[in-house]
Amino acid sequence: MPRVLLIEDDRAVRDGIQLGLRRQGHDVAAAGTGEEGLAQLESFRPDAVVLDLMLPGMPGLEVCRRIRGADNQVPIIMATARGDDVDIVVGLEAGADDYVVKPVQARVLEARIRAVLRRVGGTPGEGGPPKTETHGELTIDRAALIVTREGAPVALAPSELRLLLTVSASPGQVFSRHQLLEAVWEHSYHGDSRLVDACVKRLRTKLGEPPGQPRYIQTVRGFGYRFTSR
Amino acid sequence: MKAPPPLRGLRGRLLVAFLLVACVATLTTGALTFREARTGVLQQSQDSVIAQFRDHASTLAADLDYPPNQHGLAAFARQVARSEPSNNWRVLATYGGLSAASAPGDRFEELTPALRKAVASGGSTVFQRVTTNGSPALVVGLPITFGTAQHPTSEPSGVGVFLTVPQTTEQAYVEALVPAVERATVPALVLAVLLALLAARGVLRPVRELRRATRSIAEGHLDTRLAVNGSDELADLSHTFNETAAALEESVAELRRMEARARRFASDVSHELRTPLAAMSAVTDVLDEDAARLDPDTATAVRLISEETVKLARLVEDLMEISRFDAGAAGLHLEEVDLADSIRRTLASRAWLGTVETHLPEPDAVRGRLDTRRLDVVVANLVGNALRHGAPPVRLRMYAWDPDDTVRRAVVEVADSGPGIPESVLPHVFDRFYKSDTARTRTEGSGLGLAITAENVHLHGGTVTAANGPRGGAVFTVELPLWPDPDEPPPAPQEKSRP
Repeated sequence: MPRVLLIEDDRAVRDGIQLGLRRQGHDVAAAGTGEEGLAQLESFRPDAVVLDLMLPGMPGLEVCRRIRGADNQVPIIMATARGDDVDIVVGLEAGADDYVVKPVQARVLEARIRAVLRRVGGTPGEGGPPKTETHGELTIDRAALIVTREGAPVALAPSELRLLLTVSASPGQVFSRHQLLEAVWEHSYHGDSRLVDACVKRLRTKLGEPPGQPRYIQTVRGFGYRFTSR
Repeated sequence: MKAPPPLRGLRGRLLVAFLLVACVATLTTGALTFREARTGVLQQSQDSVIAQFRDHASTLAADLDYPPNQHGLAAFARQVARSEPSNNWRVLATYGGLSAASAPGDRFEELTPALRKAVASGGSTVFQRVTTNGSPALVVGLPITFGTAQHPTSEPSGVGVFLTVPQTTEQAYVEALVPAVERATVPALVLAVLLALLAARGVLRPVRELRRATRSIAEGHLDTRLAVNGSDELADLSHTFNETAAALEESVAELRRMEARARRFASDVSHELRTPLAAMSAVTDVLDEDAARLDPDTATAVRLISEETVKLARLVEDLMEISRFDAGAAGLHLEEVDLADSIRRTLASRAWLGTVETHLPEPDAVRGRLDTRRLDVVVANLVGNALRHGAPPVRLRMYAWDPDDTVRRAVVEVADSGPGIPESVLPHVFDRFYKSDTARTRTEGSGLGLAITAENVHLHGGTVTAANGPRGGAVFTVELPLWPDPDEPPPAPQEKSRP
């Protein structure tokens, strides 16, 4: 039973989402403030976090940064109002994996949670024997889902890992943002492609790419991204 | 606004009026002066000539033998002529058929028969101004009478004396007045022109200012004001203009404030509705699942609440979207896309591929930088609208065309086979919450779908129009500019234009 931590300040919304998710078969813990949520992160050990960006006290963005700052790669889904565009981009760059726009039906939120959880657990495509690839300084173990750079493991959030696995599976091939959106986030084709851009940005930082001259994930202007192992 | 033809304008009219007045004034003055001067000069010289002539003739007539013979007459004429040596006198003396001139052979052509007859019949002195061969002369006729100094006009003697005096000096004196008048006229006219121009400038400057200010107001610069100089009618007009402009500016500002308040209110209401809706939306699935297990009435009530909550959530979502357009907060996330692919996916995601007849170009034939989410909204709203309000088959056509003057454009056409849109409704189809039938029946849409569609198209710098097709049915046509290169300027950021 997936464990979900819900951080939401409004009692009615909190209760509603909690009820909705519980009925979908999740074990839900709810917190009314960011501080309370961070405390429960230790005790409850959730599989996914649903985080309201508008929180009294510690803002949602700060909560997101603190979770990632503690080297915790738990999937984070932001709940936000559409139109708070800046918040979405900043939240995605702070390490959130996905976002939903409130008001949201429990069914939709649940589908997003399942999607991020698949990113953590599922292997992209083939199972079978351990498969390790080396691209320059990078080593990707597709079976164990471990990425190392010059021998040191790189901690990747689920979306980052899934994105890297997807593009590195076909080096040289150009993926459009919308293709990646469907493959990694399981969004519709017309979803928000800023998810992809923010995730690529985070991934480049974690892979130690020099700013402006990425070695592994290159931008193909007007089309999307391409993985190269030069 | 074009300038009036030269003589119809205020300046031209003032110029002509001033010139006319100056001309009439100088010419009248000149003519009157000339006439008075001429009369005065000629009268004076004529009076003195006649007086002298009469004196001399009377005095010398006493020495004349009577009845005179030819010789006596000639001597008499010479004596009279010599008696005034400074003047160039020519004298003719007559008696019956005899006549003798002061200068031999002088035929006295200036003398008219009428004058001769008047003298012959006796009576008083007569005179006549004549012009012979271009030179003016005064001809005086005097009948000599017998009598003493006490009774000068007792009886005519039959002797007549005629005098001709050239009047060239007087004529020259009078004629000198003409160039003087002429010389006075020219500076007067020049002065009139200058004054006219000056007056025209004085009038025209405020008029021109007024015209510029009016145009400026018409262009929307409501803070335009005029500098008020002096206290004449034009200054008064400028003052009135300023008051009107101030009142207009105040009214418009008030309207804008009210509109902004109304928009902010709509936005605030949507925001406030969102939180309770978020709670309700989260549990609609629970209601739907459990409704089957409730008694029929409760189940109906629960399903109603669930359905309407979903609709309400969509309505609030649309309202917030509109509010963002109004606030100018709607941004474009441009990406290079294949339009045919994007449209096909919009239809596929709503399971419309089977119901809509599509005419799309080859893959990658039409590409451009667009906001895919907004393009999805536009296409989905138009097709959804056609399916809801029109009748099948619904046709969607997309193609690109290259206008001569601007960037390549993509045209998306959605046509249905329904009854079409009444002419009276056509101008309003993109209005918010516009319901074509007055019963205001609620449909599936929020009433904002087409308004949002139009806003999204305008945000891209495109156009959307509604019309009726030649074979009936509504046709919505969207034109979007296709910006190929990210370095090219994006569509003009559409600051929401407020009517």
